[in-house]
Amino acid sequence: MAEIRVLLIDDEEELVSTLVERLGIRNIEAEYVMTGAEGIELLGKKEFDAVLLDYKLPGMSGLEVMKQINELYPRVKVLLITGAGSVDEGGDEVPEEKASDVLLKPIDIEVLIAKLREAVGDR
Amino acid sequence: MKNINHTAVNGQAPVRGEQSYRRLWLYTSLLMSLVAIMPLIILTIVHYHQYQKAARTELIYPISRLLSNTKRSLETVIDERKSALSLIVNEKLIDDLKTEAKLNRTFSNLKEAFGGFIDLGLIDIQGNQLAYVGPYDLQGKNYKDQPWFHEVSIRSVYVSNVFMGHRNFPHFVIAVKRDDLDKGFYVLRATIDMKLLDNEMQALDLGPSSDIFLLNRDGMLQSQSRFHGKILGPCSIPVPHYSSQAELMTDYFENQKNHILGYAYIERSPFILITVQNQRELLKTWIAVKNDPIWFLIGSSIMIILVTFGIATYLTNRVRESDTHRAKIFHNMEYTNKMASIGRLSASVAHEINNPLAIINEKAGLMKDMASFTDDFSQKEKVLNLVDSILNSVDRCSTVTHRLLGFAKRMDIQNELIDLGLLLREVLGFLGKEMEHRNISVHFDLPDDIPTIESDRGQLQQVFLNIINNAFAAVDDNGWIRIAVEDRNNNMVAVTICDNGTGISKEDVKRLFEPFFSTKGQFGTGLGLSITNDIIQKLGGRIEVESELGEGTCFIIILPRTKV
Repeated sequence: MAEIRVLLIDDEEELVSTLVERLGIRNIEAEYVMTGAEGIELLGKKEFDAVLLDYKLPGMSGLEVMKQINELYPRVKVLLITGAGSVDEGGDEVPEEKASDVLLKPIDIEVLIAKLREAVGDR
Repeated sequence: MKNINHTAVNGQAPVRGEQSYRRLWLYTSLLMSLVAIMPLIILTIVHYHQYQKAARTELIYPISRLLSNTKRSLETVIDERKSALSLIVNEKLIDDLKTEAKLNRTFSNLKEAFGGFIDLGLIDIQGNQLAYVGPYDLQGKNYKDQPWFHEVSIRSVYVSNVFMGHRNFPHFVIAVKRDDLDKGFYVLRATIDMKLLDNEMQALDLGPSSDIFLLNRDGMLQSQSRFHGKILGPCSIPVPHYSSQAELMTDYFENQKNHILGYAYIERSPFILITVQNQRELLKTWIAVKNDPIWFLIGSSIMIILVTFGIATYLTNRVRESDTHRAKIFHNMEYTNKMASIGRLSASVAHEINNPLAIINEKAGLMKDMASFTDDFSQKEKVLNLVDSILNSVDRCSTVTHRLLGFAKRMDIQNELIDLGLLLREVLGFLGKEMEHRNISVHFDLPDDIPTIESDRGQLQQVFLNIINNAFAAVDDNGWIRIAVEDRNNNMVAVTICDNGTGISKEDVKRLFEPFFSTKGQFGTGLGLSITNDIIQKLGGRIEVESELGEGTCFIIILPRTKV
C-alpha cells in the first residue's frame, strides 16, 4: 500500500496530471480533480491523507473548499498552493493556521513530499 | 528598479519657491507697518503744525500788546509835558515868565505836578534867553542860529533828540512857541530827564535775552540798549519804515538766531520804540515739549516695525512649514499609490508567470524522473543535463517572481521577525546587475549572531534600497560599499552603510533630510532621504550621517530590536 494518499485539486490540468505521475513514481498515491466540488465529492468516496489545494479555483474558491474539507473531513490535511504568494488580488491573507502549509508555485517536488510527510506525520 | 528610489513625481507638488515666501514676508510686513504707522505720522504732522501756529499766536499777541501800550504811554509822557508847557506859555502873562524868580515858581510847580523837568528857559524872537532856571549857567545865551530854534519858530512845537547834559545824564528838550501879535513870539524851552522814558520801558521787565530801546529817525540810539550799541551811538538795526501802529517782524535774524523784531513810532517825537526778542527764548517752554510727539512717533514706529516683522516672520514660517508639510504628504501619498500600483502589477504578473512556470517545472521534473528511473540509454547524461538546465532556469525565473511578490507584500504594514543580514542581501539582489556592470564591490561585515529585529519588512527594504542606491550613485566605477550590522546599547541595532564616493559637504549634510533638497540636480526629487527619514522615525529608529568631501559617506541607521 502506498505511503500517503493525496488528492490534488487544481484547474491547471497540465500541472496536476504531471504532478500525479511524478508523485506516483515516488510511491505516493495521487489523484486529481479540477474543481472544488469534484474534490469534496471524491473525498466522500475514497480515503485520502492529504489534499493539495490550489488557492485560485474556478467556481468555489480554494479557501471555501478548504473550509468545507476542514468541517467534513477534519482528519484530512490541507496544503495550499498559490501562484501569488500569500496575497491575493483582494488583499485578504491566507489563514495559514487552517492550512497545514502554503506552497508557492513552482513547487520543488522534494519540498512538496517533505511537507506532505510532515503534515501527515502530525496526524 | 532604479525608478523606485527616485520616487519620481514630477512637478505636481504644490510647492512655492523661497522667493515667494520672501515676497510674502515683505508685503505683509510693509503693509502692516504702513497701516499702523501712517496715521501716527499724519497725526504728528498735523499736531506739529497746529502746535507751531498756536505757539506763534501765543507769542506774538503779548508782544504786540506790550508794544502798543508802551508806545501809548511814551506818547502820553511826552504829550503831557508838551501840553503843560504850551498851557504855561500861552495862558500866563509873558511878564510873569520873564523874571527868574517868577519863572522859578512855575518851574517848581511843573516839577511837582509832572516831574522829569530839569530846567526851564524863556527865549524871545531874537533867540535870547530872557530867563532861565536850572543847573546850568545859560542866562543870556543866544539860540538864534541853532536849528531847533529855527524849527520851533516854524512848527510851534519841538521835541529834540537825546543829548548828554547835566552830570552826563541823557536828556531831551521840549520847546513850545507863543505867538504875540505885535512883538513876534516867545519860546518856552524845557529839558526833560530821559529817565522818565526809560522808566516806562524798564517797567516791562523783559527776559534777559530781550532788548528794548529808543531810536531816532537817523538811526541813533536814544536810550541804553543791551545788545544793539551805546546811547547816542549808531544802532545795528536799520531804521524801520514808518507805521502809525506797532509792527512785528517774526522772522528777523540776528546772530543766526530767529528773533522777533517789534517797533512803534512814537508820534509827535523823533523816537522809535524798538524791541528785539529771542524767539527761542520766548518759546522755551513750548520747544521743551515740541519734540515729545516726534520721539513718541519714532519709539512707537520702531516698536510697530519690530512687532510687525516678528509677526510676518512667524506667519511666513508657518505658511512655509504647512506648505512643506502638505507637499510632503502629497508626495508620500503619490509615492504610496505608485508603490501600491507597482505592487499590484507585480503580484499579478508574478502569478500569471508562476502558473506556466510550475507546469514547465513539473514537466521537466517528470522528464528527469523518467530519465533517472530508466536504465541507461544513449545520451542519458546529456538529457539529464538539459533537464537540469531547464530546472535551473525555472529556479531563476521563480527567484524573480518571488522577489516581485515580496515587493508587493511590502505594502502591507506588519511586524515580523526580520533577519537583517538576509534582508540586506535581498535588497542588494535588486542592484546585482548594476554592481556587476560597474564592478562595485560590496563588503558585508556581519557578526555571526546577527540580531533579528521586530519591524516592518517592506518599509525596511525601502529604506535600505534607497540608501544603498544612493551609495551606488555616489561611488565611481570600481568603488566599494561596506555594510555592517552591530548591536548597540538599549536594545538597538545599528546598520552602517559606507561608501568611498564623492562625499557630501557640511552645508548639504545639514539639509540632507529636508524635503526637496537634492544634490542630484534634475534627476532627484529631493524626497528619497526625506521619506527614508520619516519611515525610520515611524519605526522608532533614527538615522545619522558622517561624510567627508572626496572621502565618502556613512549612513548609520539605528533601529529598535523590538517594535516600539
